[in-house]
Amino acid sequence: MSAPLLEVDNLRVSFPTHQGRVEVVKGISFTLGRERLGIVGESGSGKSMTGRAILRLIRPPGRITADRLAFDGTDLLSLPERKMRAIRGARISMVMQDPKFSLNPVITVGEQIAEALKVHASLPRGEVRGRVISMLEAVRINDPERVARLYPHEVSGGMGQRIMIAMMLIPEPDLLIADEPTSALDVSVQAQVLDIIDNLVTGKGMGLILISHDLNLVARYCDRILVMNAGEVVESCKAGELENASHPYTRGLLAAMPRLDETREELPVLDRAGWGGT
Amino acid sequence: MTSAIFLDNVSISYGETPITHDISLDIAEGESFALVGESGSGKTTVLRAIAGLAPEWTGTIRLLGEKRGHGVDRASVKACQMVFQDPYGSLHPRKTVDTVLSEPLAIHGIGNRGERVEEMLRAVGLDRRFRFRFPHQMSGGQRQRVAIARALMLEPKVLLLDEPTSALDVSVQAEILNLLKRLKREQKLTYLLVTHNLPVVSFLCDRLAVMRHGRVVEVARVVQLRSGDFSDPYARELYAASGGESVSV
Repeated sequence: MSAPLLEVDNLRVSFPTHQGRVEVVKGISFTLGRERLGIVGESGSGKSMTGRAILRLIRPPGRITADRLAFDGTDLLSLPERKMRAIRGARISMVMQDPKFSLNPVITVGEQIAEALKVHASLPRGEVRGRVISMLEAVRINDPERVARLYPHEVSGGMGQRIMIAMMLIPEPDLLIADEPTSALDVSVQAQVLDIIDNLVTGKGMGLILISHDLNLVARYCDRILVMNAGEVVESCKAGELENASHPYTRGLLAAMPRLDETREELPVLDRAGWGGT
Repeated sequence: MTSAIFLDNVSISYGETPITHDISLDIAEGESFALVGESGSGKTTVLRAIAGLAPEWTGTIRLLGEKRGHGVDRASVKACQMVFQDPYGSLHPRKTVDTVLSEPLAIHGIGNRGERVEEMLRAVGLDRRFRFRFPHQMSGGQRQRVAIARALMLEPKVLLLDEPTSALDVSVQAEILNLLKRLKREQKLTYLLVTHNLPVVSFLCDRLAVMRHGRVVEVARVVQLRSGDFSDPYARELYAASGGESVSV
């Protein structure tokens, strides 16, 4: 493996409250190569904030600090906003949770995807169109010509999420951050969408950060897993070794999940007092 | 054994749009039954029709042997209550827990309200100090406990659960599932649960019906779910998507 794509060292995100500044991400560190990294945790564990902090999407009064936050050797924190904009979308892009709120309701799907491309490169109109159609095909949308002319309210949730993915992948970024890309979708559609992301990511040799609250799902689609709780990484392991996780929080989460062949009379509940969590 | 919920050829529509077609189900008293399927398959609509919230249907619905009318009436409300998906949206933001829990008692002219409210709070595992709180002063899991308590205030025999844990974290989900299982044992309830989470069905239910495009495509026992032994191709697809090893046919 060559130099890491993303280096994060001692990343902290804080917000002011009446009781003083509260840190929602408390000094996390990891490096990412061209691999698939999963970040799991419950609500309020700081997993989404970590994703947003990498793209510097946290607005004041929120504050990001880190000893090092570098993408492909470039320090992201000291970069002027103009240069940051050239990185967002073109080199690192992010798939948000809910397509309903992330697509522009008054612009057609095709135009929105084309916009993602045109912002970062000037291409002849015919080529833009061709790439939009082939991208829609890549995310397995039937009849892309027709879908490109639709507005976001005319497509289903699963299709909307595939459109989001098309939009995020068309500039061919090096790193894709997917923040709960499937939690608004049905189980059957979930698998399809994740397979699409997986194929495109491995096919193009991109890096992927998959943020989710679903341990099993992350274990299925990632190489490495970070488990977060209350702003800290409590466990870091290979996806295949999740079963042998040692931290009580991870073990508690695993045990609390009902299985498909569930026969236990009662599910073990996390003893929150035990490790001082939320 | 009499059936708690009996549906015969029920077709539900919203205005001109038909939602479900000829649904027939027979759920015994004390049974936990699940409806699973993708969004838009009509599973929530079936619950709403049984609860009287979707009045446009044809066919027969019987609740505990009694034929059910199309709207909301006192007798059916007392027999059957519904718990909604989102505990953040289903509780009135400006009413305290006490008000929410006392209201059904007041409507039905049941006395001794203070004691009943305290007893119910204890049953769903909430401390007394929650009694005068507002929804925004509680966590998601606590709110869902209040929503379940509200549904149980009239001591119904049948509880309709619409994705009761899908808005909650895994660890909180486990608490609520344990609570539902304990309440069912203590109060001899019948559950009709809508979900798309098959492991939850495996934990809580005895039988399940797989729905697609407004029809029931398969009814199976939970042992079949555990081994993935479905005959309908869509049910097998759903099983595989939930992480089950697909069985060779």
